[in-house]
Amino acid sequence: MKDHTRTGLDLPQVGEEQLILLERLCNACAVSGDEGEVRAIVLDELQEPVRHKGGSIKIDAMGNVLVVCPASQSQVGPYLKVMLAAHMDEVGFMLISDEEKGIFRFDIVGGIDQRALVGKSILVGREHIPGVIGANPIHLTKPNETSQSISLDNLRIDLGAENKGVKIGDRATFATRFTRLGPSLRAKALDNRLGVATLIELVKHSPNNIELQAAFTVQEEVGLRGARVAAYTFDPHLAIAIDSTPAYDLPHWDDGEPGWENAVYNTRLGAGPAIYLSDSSTISDPRLIHHMVQTAETLGIPYQFRQPGGGGTDAGSIHKQRAGIPSLSVSVPGRYPHTAASLARISDWEHTLALLYAALVKLPSDIISVDR
Amino acid sequence: MTDLLPYLKELMTVPGLSGYETPIRQMLEERWTPLTDHLSVSRIGSLHGLKRGSLPEPKPSILLSAHMDIIGLMVTKVTQGFLRVTEVGGLDPRVLPGQLVIVHGRQDLPGLIVQPPPRLLPSHAQNGPVPLEYLLVDTGLAEAELSRLVRSGDLISFAQPPLETGGETLTGPYLDNRASIAALTHCLEELQHRPLAWDVWAVATVQEEETLAGAATSAFQLRPTLAVALDVTFGASPGSPSYRTHPLGKGPALGWGPNIHPYLFNSFKKLAEQLEIPYQTEVMPRMSGTDAIALQITAQGIPTMVLSIPVRYMHTPVEMVAIKDVHRAGRLLAEFIAQLGPDFMDTISWEESSAQPAIEA
Amino acid sequence: MKSLIKKLVETAAPSGYEAPVRELIRAEIEPYADEIRVDPMGNLIARKGQGGQKIMLSAHMDEIGVMVTHVDENGFIRFISLGGVNPLTCIGTRVRFLNGQAGVIHMERLDEPGRVPPLEKLFIDVGATSKEQVLLRIGDAGVFETPFLDLGDRLVSKAMDDRIAVAVLVETMRKLSQDGPASPHELYFVFSVQEEVGLRGATTAAFGVDPDLGLAVDVTRTGDTPRSIKMEVALGKGPAIKVRDSGMLADPRVVNWMVQKAEEKNLPYQLEVLEAGTTDARAMQISRAGVPAGCLSIPCRYIHSPSETVDYSDVQNAVDLLVELLKDSIRL
Repeated sequence: MKDHTRTGLDLPQVGEEQLILLERLCNACAVSGDEGEVRAIVLDELQEPVRHKGGSIKIDAMGNVLVVCPASQSQVGPYLKVMLAAHMDEVGFMLISDEEKGIFRFDIVGGIDQRALVGKSILVGREHIPGVIGANPIHLTKPNETSQSISLDNLRIDLGAENKGVKIGDRATFATRFTRLGPSLRAKALDNRLGVATLIELVKHSPNNIELQAAFTVQEEVGLRGARVAAYTFDPHLAIAIDSTPAYDLPHWDDGEPGWENAVYNTRLGAGPAIYLSDSSTISDPRLIHHMVQTAETLGIPYQFRQPGGGGTDAGSIHKQRAGIPSLSVSVPGRYPHTAASLARISDWEHTLALLYAALVKLPSDIISVDR
Repeated sequence: MTDLLPYLKELMTVPGLSGYETPIRQMLEERWTPLTDHLSVSRIGSLHGLKRGSLPEPKPSILLSAHMDIIGLMVTKVTQGFLRVTEVGGLDPRVLPGQLVIVHGRQDLPGLIVQPPPRLLPSHAQNGPVPLEYLLVDTGLAEAELSRLVRSGDLISFAQPPLETGGETLTGPYLDNRASIAALTHCLEELQHRPLAWDVWAVATVQEEETLAGAATSAFQLRPTLAVALDVTFGASPGSPSYRTHPLGKGPALGWGPNIHPYLFNSFKKLAEQLEIPYQTEVMPRMSGTDAIALQITAQGIPTMVLSIPVRYMHTPVEMVAIKDVHRAGRLLAEFIAQLGPDFMDTISWEESSAQPAIEA
Repeated sequence: MKSLIKKLVETAAPSGYEAPVRELIRAEIEPYADEIRVDPMGNLIARKGQGGQKIMLSAHMDEIGVMVTHVDENGFIRFISLGGVNPLTCIGTRVRFLNGQAGVIHMERLDEPGRVPPLEKLFIDVGATSKEQVLLRIGDAGVFETPFLDLGDRLVSKAMDDRIAVAVLVETMRKLSQDGPASPHELYFVFSVQEEVGLRGATTAAFGVDPDLGLAVDVTRTGDTPRSIKMEVALGKGPAIKVRDSGMLADPRVVNWMVQKAEEKNLPYQLEVLEAGTTDARAMQISRAGVPAGCLSIPCRYIHSPSETVDYSDVQNAVDLLVELLKDSIRL
């Protein structure tokens, strides 16, 4: 834990241990509906610490991992039940038809740009059986063929001559392995293994002033489904979804033209955790936005606002549960989400973890007693 | 084996468009009275049929959901002796011109869906399929009489009578989802002579074709331990991709994907193999397009299964089904329910299900 | 009632930021409600009466609006819509932000003339010459700015969707209180939030109220303008009883109840089938174990433009019908 002498708060850090955990998480194959490999890591990491705190872990009907860390016994007065959600699933593929000799048709689970598929290596299932999504060599393509995308119908997963026990219904992911590149991380599924790793750390360092309800959710990528039932079960006072959001801070063709600016960057790498104002699924609760910003400014933690509009997080289904749950999303920015390889900055992750921890510790118990 | 053919033919002629399911519900109430211990109706019109099990309270329960609503049309405007229409549920407008329909106005009137000649259509709608907004329904009645008998909001259903086609198949409108209703009824009949441990809720849901409101609200009210959605799936036919369709007569399809709990898939599969009931596998990478979408995420979540009957030409007036598959679906469901004991929920698990499932191609 | 309508429509309160109009409404209904509360989403819920069936009436307080996504170096503002904002209705329209700053929406040069520009090609000019002069930041919300126009029989303003229904509910509460006898039912007048972005407020309000019957009051389109969509509903022919819209089928029992009451009391009404658009009724219908739900609609031209137009007699007839419906025992 970093000693932040300004306020005496011991902020959690991102060190070797955390990076190794993130590596394990990113390299796991856990496509929506089949989150078992990540679920196992979460249970492995948290079973002991949670038992030690007198908390509970259970797996619900959809496969969500629901963790409760009680508030300290010495907590005076009413305490808040705060739900944090991080989805375990990633976008990926499902094998849908066996064409013999190790060749399979496949379909996409969640949102992946079809143009991102061809020429990639993939891994099937928890055994990580290797395969490829091949394409005809350029020498054999007709002149106008290269100007057209290859449709999903014409793509196949190829496992080599035999299919090694792989069957239709199995899931697959991109094969990209986690790597550190100086200040950055490159891996598949940074959306949302960054969130899962962050939540694991927050559970381990759960603050005493609140009841922390941590939901490691399923099926976010196919409709924010797991979070919905987790929120119904928890029925918290408020909720924060932890995710990863795109950074479109790349060079533009018009760079250098007078008066031109990138007005659609969404977030920028290196500018800190991204606080959501509004996306297509949720208009963030202003009381929570205010608290998050105050916390960041007081402690000097860098932060940015994610540009309003587009996208969605688990908060989208959480905030509409029961009689309403004030909600906010905070994300680690990442370039190239939902492709074979995404990129994020270690510093952004560390600041996200620190900000969330501080925000929980400093959460006033009357934060939602004033009307929204 | 109960003869489902005449029953299914009857089911295919009873109206019950989404939101207006009373006629089919009443027919089912009659049929299900001897087959259930208690019948009730949900606040928005779904039919709940309870068969009580013998375990002590708190007793686990299984909810079987088959939607009873069907697709059709609704009058939007009565204009110059013709009717303009909108859809209820999803329809391909290309199958509509020339179809015989029944207009349910102040009385039932025969009607014909017509496509105006190109010269009477805007240029962008002259070639290619004519969008629904330009189609009309002609009842043959004069303007004054029509305006007296029909108004905005009246319903229209297909008039195509069911046909007994070759190879023990049945063809006609509304096999989606009356085939499942028949299968569910058959399941209840099979269970009449079996001891039951769990409570069984046979639910004929409303509004699946529009909002899934029936499934969502019935599951919320009944809070079952497990749920099974019974619906139809795409039957193999010329031109349809073989990997997304299922041949008729080869048994019901067991669903696999995020909308289904893998342990339930494996249980149904094992049982079908044990009993030598032919079955197929339907992989659904995303959602199932059935009541299961709502059932699975109700309240605290419900382990859900999807059991589907292959039907060709879905959402047209000439849907086709193999009667054998309807029997098999009902029977497999009954067998699954009959073997549910007090320990089933102790064995259902996520961890072992995450291992590679064995699915036959 | 016109002065109430004017006050309501001229208040700026886009989806997610309804507090300004909520306070106004609360002040108006305070004398007529037994109990008033605000739920976690910001819905204003007023109970009137106790015992009997629980009836939930819902009119949404929010209006469509804009939210700042970027302020550029020259002081021009980029934005997204809150709810269904059509770019066509934006060009040359004025906006007012919640912090008071006002501006004009216009667009970049069109590369494809004749096509509707997407919202990304639009910007807001608040009269600043540099970023520093702009008092707005990313996330600030605003609404169309057009004054209320009284054309006698017809009323024109932005936010008739759904402030006209808010006015109808307020007036209904007043009449039920003052003209007695009280309704035999437990009435919940819900002024909901965030309808325009997906019926979010009504979803949670319905769960919290847990009613036996739900009735939304909202606007609906008409088929009575030149080459319009084909619809029976027209201005001046009475409030519309919704049969169907693109999000739900009204419960036939609720439809029959409303039709019968209108005919019994000789009040004008129309039947509505709407092919594009839905209301809070959809959220109520699917809540918990289900709620028989319907909607009483105020016919409105030019919905989601800065000049939504209603007929005053339709509005008054809507109040009359609603009072008659709620006064008597309901047996669906």
